[in-house]
Amino acid sequence: MLKRKVEDVFNEPGCATNQGKTDKQRKSGCAKPLTPGAAAGGCAFDGAKIALQPIADCIHIVHGPIACEGNGWDNRHAKSSNSQVFRTGVTTDMSDLDVIYGGEKKLYKAIKEAISRFDPPAVFVYQTCVPAMIGDDIVKVCEAAAERLGKPVIPVNAPGFVGSKNLGNKLGGEALLEYVIGTEEPAETTPYDINILGDYNIAGELWQVEPLLKKLGIRVLGRITGDARYHDVTVAHRAKLSMMVCSQALINVARKLQERYGVPYFEGSFYGVSDTSMALRTIARMLVEQGADPELIDRTEALVISEEARCYARLAPYKARLEGKRVLLYTGGHKSWSVISALQDIGVKVIGSSVRKSTDNDKDRAKELMGDDGMLYDAIPPREMYRMLKDREADMMLSGGRTQFIALKAKMPWLDMNQERHHAYAGYEGMVSLISEIDKALFNPIWEQVRTPAPWDAICAPAKTEA
Amino acid sequence: MAEVIHPRKSLSINPLKMSQPLGGAMAFMGIEGCMPLLHGSQGCTAFGLVLLVRHFREAIPFQTTAMNEITTILGGVENLEQACLNIYNRTKCKVIGVCTTGLTETRGEDLKGDLKLIRQRHPELAGVEIVYVTTPDFAAALEQGWGKAVTAMVEQIVQPALGATEGQINILAGSHLTPGDIEEVRDLVEAFGLTPIVLPDLAGSLDGHVPDQYMGTTYGGTTVEDIRAMGRSEYTIAIGQQMRYAAAALEAKAGVPFEVLDRLTGLNAVDQFVQILQKVSGRSAPAKIRRQRSQLLDAMLDGHFYFGNTQVAVAAEPDLLFALTSWLAEMGAKVVTAITSMDSPILSQVPADQVIVGDMDDLERGAAEKGARLLMTHSHGRMSAEKLDVPLFRVGFPMFDRLGAAHRRTVGYRGTRDLIFEVGNMLIEHSHEAAPDDWSLPEGEEANATATAH
Repeated sequence: MLKRKVEDVFNEPGCATNQGKTDKQRKSGCAKPLTPGAAAGGCAFDGAKIALQPIADCIHIVHGPIACEGNGWDNRHAKSSNSQVFRTGVTTDMSDLDVIYGGEKKLYKAIKEAISRFDPPAVFVYQTCVPAMIGDDIVKVCEAAAERLGKPVIPVNAPGFVGSKNLGNKLGGEALLEYVIGTEEPAETTPYDINILGDYNIAGELWQVEPLLKKLGIRVLGRITGDARYHDVTVAHRAKLSMMVCSQALINVARKLQERYGVPYFEGSFYGVSDTSMALRTIARMLVEQGADPELIDRTEALVISEEARCYARLAPYKARLEGKRVLLYTGGHKSWSVISALQDIGVKVIGSSVRKSTDNDKDRAKELMGDDGMLYDAIPPREMYRMLKDREADMMLSGGRTQFIALKAKMPWLDMNQERHHAYAGYEGMVSLISEIDKALFNPIWEQVRTPAPWDAICAPAKTEA
Repeated sequence: MAEVIHPRKSLSINPLKMSQPLGGAMAFMGIEGCMPLLHGSQGCTAFGLVLLVRHFREAIPFQTTAMNEITTILGGVENLEQACLNIYNRTKCKVIGVCTTGLTETRGEDLKGDLKLIRQRHPELAGVEIVYVTTPDFAAALEQGWGKAVTAMVEQIVQPALGATEGQINILAGSHLTPGDIEEVRDLVEAFGLTPIVLPDLAGSLDGHVPDQYMGTTYGGTTVEDIRAMGRSEYTIAIGQQMRYAAAALEAKAGVPFEVLDRLTGLNAVDQFVQILQKVSGRSAPAKIRRQRSQLLDAMLDGHFYFGNTQVAVAAEPDLLFALTSWLAEMGAKVVTAITSMDSPILSQVPADQVIVGDMDDLERGAAEKGARLLMTHSHGRMSAEKLDVPLFRVGFPMFDRLGAAHRRTVGYRGTRDLIFEVGNMLIEHSHEAAPDDWSLPEGEEANATATAH
């Protein structure tokens, strides 16, 4: 059952990489085998939870021993404008007895208790390695609970050992397709309804973009899953189009929304000025194709022009300060190029960018943008990264929390570009934030001080002998 | 004193508890040149890694055997073998600390046998200590994983010795001691002219220092040579009940006598420690230490006004819970709610009516019911504190929303003194200011009074 689902997800026809593969390659899946002793990154359960937990008014029960939730809850900054229930850490906390006797009954009781305690519109139940190994059938338990307790109870079958975080994202998406999307109808629909897929409203990034959409009269009907309530996910099938934000994370959801409900999709990004403008234009064009009033295109154009102008005017003061600064970019996915173009807009040079988790298309765009100035890396070994920074080949690094201390220990400025970030960098507003954060990091006075030699290492003039 | 309660719950809401393998790995982080390795799926390591990075704000060496669906069915010996080889080849580490997880324990991996096989196949690993420990996620909690890992280090690295090195003593540090605490303990021991070997020594590795070069493993911590030499120490002092097994193992292996100190927070507790140091060293406390004690006395005198009868709710792992609640009670505060993560012999001595093995939800309910004025727990308690509108004093691991977690010091005369100031200041800040309606008369009489006035 799970095996078939994983194969199905790997066999994604919407994926550009996959289209270039032979049948046999496709069958073997796209997950790179993980190297024991040299692996980094989350498991499939982690990925599924990242993709679904932002559904804010739901209870998310992790069925497993304490590690899966106890070590991992409350660690992301997905923001919600209404319910905060999703921030509650909930787990069956399986004990050795549960491992021996099976955890299904406990899980059922847990679902029941969660419903009576929090009265959520739905409960998500996440499978993990140990109950999967002992054969706990969470699908059956969820079915029984949904029937007896009268609420949707959604099984998310992505135990950690089946693969990477990225696979988990997709398996989370599958759960939405199977159990959530299409189960409710919106009170009304308009020709201006869209879905946003694969944005989790980290640090509130959606809130940097939604005012633009609102100004154009565009409504985010389906939220998958940033700043979503359960209802916002159930009605995604009635939108006029889907914008897929995070490269490939939920491509399966986008494609199946198209196949099953005729909702077309496009891949776009809200990182950087030109990408934001392109995304807005694409949304407008596609909505008009779906029957919206063609004047939307003109209004969008007018908004893009005025917002771009406003943004560049705010960036101008930074240009003189940042021109020629060299940055090492260590992210992945679409950020590998969308951030490059954003930085180049104000004269910052990207000397290297990693293209982990990026598609071939992402890589081509990054290469084209950087020209001969920069290198594309698949992964930079930490030791090499440290050397590049220590030798001042770059003036700062933009990366994720995992590599933060490589930069800081090399006494080099660093900025968080990843999921754990506290700052929002989306849309035109986000661009201004990003550049001001870079400026703030680069010109902090501590750098000069922390790089000065210690008194005992300093070369000083011979001490005066007292007369 | 306290009754220990194990509620039968199907649902843990806002966990206090973290898993055994994470505790085991943390202990290995106090060994120099070490790479902790979880034998499980890569998520097991990833979650722990994120938590450790957020707490210590340091690069954390931490690896995984990356078990997948197939190896979960067929067995993980090859993953373990590859992991050891990859780690050794990349980092040239001196120690690999292997902890099992829920996944490998459910399958029933034979770690000892597997490692023997790996050693036979790879003589190139001869120079690496591979210490292994059994830490299923579905039993106990972080504190026990730590204790088991240290016991494993003792059993697998310490060498039995004839005779003792004069003035050398072992300090077995529990998981509740921060790098700052360990520095304090070391200072105290050294003040008596003794040479401590601290195991594990997070103060060497995770105290937040800036090394001159990149290290793929832990940088700093107890060296393998020092661990071997622990068998030659005159005495072992274990801090926290969680270290009792390790201390006993050391005695069994090398005949080093030991004493377990339940805590090092609070005047009497530190006095007891100093007494032992006087006895072992044959010296009386130096002036510096006497002065520190005097400062603590003064802090108690100045601070007790704010603690007396103050109702406090505390949630922490057993040894930390015991240290904090005992100190609070000694300052005159009332521990109205005490929550912990797992069973421990120390719990019955906690100065509270009952100790619940539970979660933040239990803390929140207890604090609300008993009208606690202060919460003490790790950073995950901030949501409960917000909800209850009660200040939160952050203690233990993880502390991801404050700077300087590694340097929080709550042991020794100075640590206790600082703790009185910090908690006392929080109580002062949140003390009640008089308001006009504070002393209004009971309802009925008030109505009468109003009527008369008109």
